[in-house]
Amino acid sequence: MTDPRQAVPRQPVADDVLVRARGLVKTFGEFRAVDGIDVTVHRGEAFGFLGPNGAGKSSTMRMVGAVSPVSGGELRIFGLDPATDGPAIRARLGVVPQADHLDEELTVEENLWIYGRYFGLSGRQVRERARELLDFAQLTERARHKVDSLSGGMKRRLTIARSLINSPEVLLLDEPTTGLDPQARHILWDRLFRLKRQGVTLVLTTHYMDEAEQLCDRLVVMDHGRIVAEGSPRNLISAHSTREVLELRFDLDDHRDRLDDVDGVGERVEVLPDRLLVYVDDGDAAMSAIAGRGIRPLSSLVRRSTLEDVFLHLTGRSLID
Amino acid sequence: MSADTSSVQAARERSGPRPPMRLAERRLAVIGYFATVYKRIWRGSIIGRFLSPLLFLLSMGLGLGSLVDSSSGGVDGRSYLQFVVPAIVATQAMWVAMGESTYQVLAYIKWNRMYESMLATPLSVADVLLGHLLAVTGHLVLATTIFVAVAALFGAFASWWVLLAIPVAVLTGLAFTVPIFAYSARQEGDDGFNILYRLLVTPLMLFSGTFFPVDQLPAVLRAVAWVTPLWHGVELCRAAAYASFSPLADAGHLAVLLLYVGVGWVLARRSFAKRLVR
Repeated sequence: MTDPRQAVPRQPVADDVLVRARGLVKTFGEFRAVDGIDVTVHRGEAFGFLGPNGAGKSSTMRMVGAVSPVSGGELRIFGLDPATDGPAIRARLGVVPQADHLDEELTVEENLWIYGRYFGLSGRQVRERARELLDFAQLTERARHKVDSLSGGMKRRLTIARSLINSPEVLLLDEPTTGLDPQARHILWDRLFRLKRQGVTLVLTTHYMDEAEQLCDRLVVMDHGRIVAEGSPRNLISAHSTREVLELRFDLDDHRDRLDDVDGVGERVEVLPDRLLVYVDDGDAAMSAIAGRGIRPLSSLVRRSTLEDVFLHLTGRSLID
Repeated sequence: MSADTSSVQAARERSGPRPPMRLAERRLAVIGYFATVYKRIWRGSIIGRFLSPLLFLLSMGLGLGSLVDSSSGGVDGRSYLQFVVPAIVATQAMWVAMGESTYQVLAYIKWNRMYESMLATPLSVADVLLGHLLAVTGHLVLATTIFVAVAALFGAFASWWVLLAIPVAVLTGLAFTVPIFAYSARQEGDDGFNILYRLLVTPLMLFSGTFFPVDQLPAVLRAVAWVTPLWHGVELCRAAAYASFSPLADAGHLAVLLLYVGVGWVLARRSFAKRLVR
């Protein structure tokens, strides 16, 4: 009997392509969570999936993590097929899930030791590695504390330390800083930068544009299971937005009523429930032009364009509602 | 450690392709988790394991037993204590099985999602399921051994053959555990467990020949006893404790218990895969 997989000639995969998806699909019954995406992640880069909740980011991550079967299209991780080589792929991945999934009743170091055993490391190896990782995660002093006594940021760092126990080549991070306070986020970003410098490939999902701008060399913007744009944060902004944005607030219920006031000032105007966004290259000049028309908004603000603006332009919706 | 294993271990530490884990390594890794959890809770758990036989012996064996013995001269020519305690050994295994296979399984699926974090590693669904089942088997062995030891001090057994009741009770426990794993993996909340306790475990404890012989039951209830695991476990434990075996009947009891384990395994594999691989 011939194996149907043999019929398809194996495509040569360059060593530095770690994740390669072509027409990747994930369906749950009738619902297409991921609707035919192409993704290529190279060794050493930080790659992001940016999109609102329900865009298909997590489903994609679970397929790349070789825990969720592919519904259609082709997916290779390290050149291997997750359908047949799941364990070999997972042995080389680190996974930071959206929720921490730590055993709260056990100590910090016990959580690391146990997890290391799942990768076939010996008792001596996990102890050694746990020591290094606790240092990296700035948790050495907490090693013998129960996990439930840690703060949210510490738990997150412990989850990242745990995901590194097997010295993975690719680290998958699903919304790594959701729910953390700003200080904890910055500590986490700093740790992720260090990993990247050590050569670990980062693949992450986020719905925070500042996070995507901080961490990602390259990203795709996802919406409704599809990729709507792709590039570096800077390229995406220059391709899909203007240099600056003028934000105007007026004292009224529906900001659409003021659309005529700013007509012709910028390249484009977006209406949000509480403000108008005027896309311009020079925000201050635009503000003077509006003032020259005798228009007095309640408040005004000039800022640089962000990925949020890119997303708004591409989908007509905000990232976080 | 041989040169071969140490080079495999060294390769596991390095970045890059890893030598695959052997079957035993994968199962031991999962058991390692449960052993670590048990190390933290064993004191409380052990006290409970000693207490439950003591309470049973005092109330059923000695309290109720003295009443039965003085009014009817025991059951089947034996003291009520010797009649009831072997049955309780099997019944306790059923209770331990329930305790370890309901909320625990749902918690690992849904609440702390421990299975999910195991499955992000090279471990498979079968590794996780079997590793957890082996951990429950450990609980069953410990609980049953303690129970038999304590009851033996009270003279509840007529023969040293009662040692055979330990593996039999463990098997009885597994005849519940494995199908209950399949059931628990399909639950969304804990309502289903209340149904299990009310409609299965409690009635079975009362009507499986535990406290009185099944011949005294109406035919319908006797049929229920025949098709469920507990009565078969009770009969086997009693045979061991009395050292009076009847090969054909005992083989039948064993076959039923093994059937429950086997069918349960197929169902549990299916439920776990359905729930955990999406």
